[in-house]
Amino acid sequence: MEGLENYLVVAAVITAGVLLFAGGMGAARALRPRVPSAEKVLTYESGVDPVGHGWAQSQIRYYLYAFLYLIFAVDAVYLFPWVTVVAQLGWATIAEMGVFIGIIAVGLIHAIRRGVLRWT
Amino acid sequence: MSVDAALLAEIVLRAVCVLAAFLTLPLLVGQTEHKVMAHMQGRLGPMYAGGFHGWAQLVADGVKFLQKEDIVPARADAQVFRLAPAVALVPYLVALAVIPLSPDWVAADVDAGLLFVLAASAVAVLGTLMAGWSSANKYALLGSMRAAAQLLAYELPLVLAAASVAMAAGTLSLTGIGEAWQWWWLVWQFPALVVFVVAGLAEVQRPPFDMPIAESELVAGPYTEYTGLRFALFLLSEYAGVVVLSALTAVLFLGAWQGPFAEVLGPVWTLLKTGLVAVLVIWLRVAWPRLREDQLQRLAWAGLVPIALAQLALTAVVVVLQT
Repeated sequence: MEGLENYLVVAAVITAGVLLFAGGMGAARALRPRVPSAEKVLTYESGVDPVGHGWAQSQIRYYLYAFLYLIFAVDAVYLFPWVTVVAQLGWATIAEMGVFIGIIAVGLIHAIRRGVLRWT
Repeated sequence: MSVDAALLAEIVLRAVCVLAAFLTLPLLVGQTEHKVMAHMQGRLGPMYAGGFHGWAQLVADGVKFLQKEDIVPARADAQVFRLAPAVALVPYLVALAVIPLSPDWVAADVDAGLLFVLAASAVAVLGTLMAGWSSANKYALLGSMRAAAQLLAYELPLVLAAASVAMAAGTLSLTGIGEAWQWWWLVWQFPALVVFVVAGLAEVQRPPFDMPIAESELVAGPYTEYTGLRFALFLLSEYAGVVVLSALTAVLFLGAWQGPFAEVLGPVWTLLKTGLVAVLVIWLRVAWPRLREDQLQRLAWAGLVPIALAQLALTAVVVVLQT
């Protein structure tokens, strides 16, 4: 197996996965009972009648973490091509890496100092 | 024409082998977890069911899941709800396909295998989010929000730790990294190893990082409304995630097929090291309490990310020193 042929194997594996799911669900359909009732398809809220809708507005405190992630996410993508050529580029690239890590470290320290990571 | 037929046969054979591994390894991990937890916590089922060392417990679970009614809540987004288990499961199968047991024992030896496996297993997260959102259930919605925040936070240290070892080897190919590994990397790359396993544990949402499915407060988080086989597939995807995490750890950090008689026993070594990491993962589940959401975020951002960055700097300096 050379080069692109490997991706044919990957495609075959994806197909196998889809078939596995379809086959499994088909087998289960043949084996399981089906006794529908109105109560059964109610939204589960610990046994009491559901209040309002599940897609309700709620305060998402996690959006700050998404911002934090953005500090790094794009940089992490560029990291991968870089790691294979560090040995050739030598000390100059080490200095560049220092600047790079320094800048994102400032962002992270800023977030920690602002108390974003502590709720209590 | 005959060449094409041979190629096709080989491709199908390789896919079938991957599928076979995918259907056995997670169940092996599941059975091991049953046994280890039963011994550590005094659980009865996995000790006695079926007579001989509780062998029948896992089989009974499977039969039970297969026979349960498939319920889609009236308010749910039915199509997304039905599809979510497949989205959670198939990416781990794809990830498994590119992980080598030895240089010869690999289904698809893609060039940038490390990047591929990280990208593929990241897709599995979408399954959890789809399940949480489509259920139209408050528990499920809260759980999937937690999952999203957790996976954002831990994706990063995971990627940084993996990049560190790729830099050490000078290649993104998984077989290349396995070949380049030397025993002293155990010391050199130790912080990356710890970061990788901890972050990986959080990525597959295993205890102590099971805040999204915290059963004592969110029932089952994104999986609250699921029944029968669809629920079982989410469970299976968790164990498949453990297998992928353990195998990746073995290949990246533990030298995979390297060991005595590596020429013959290579794949056995990889499997043994994978099993070792898997048992550690199970042990952590039994021994550690669940982290609260903000503690969990703090561990990632104020703990793992700085360690991973420092490791990256250390690796770069040593790599340049070596040349």
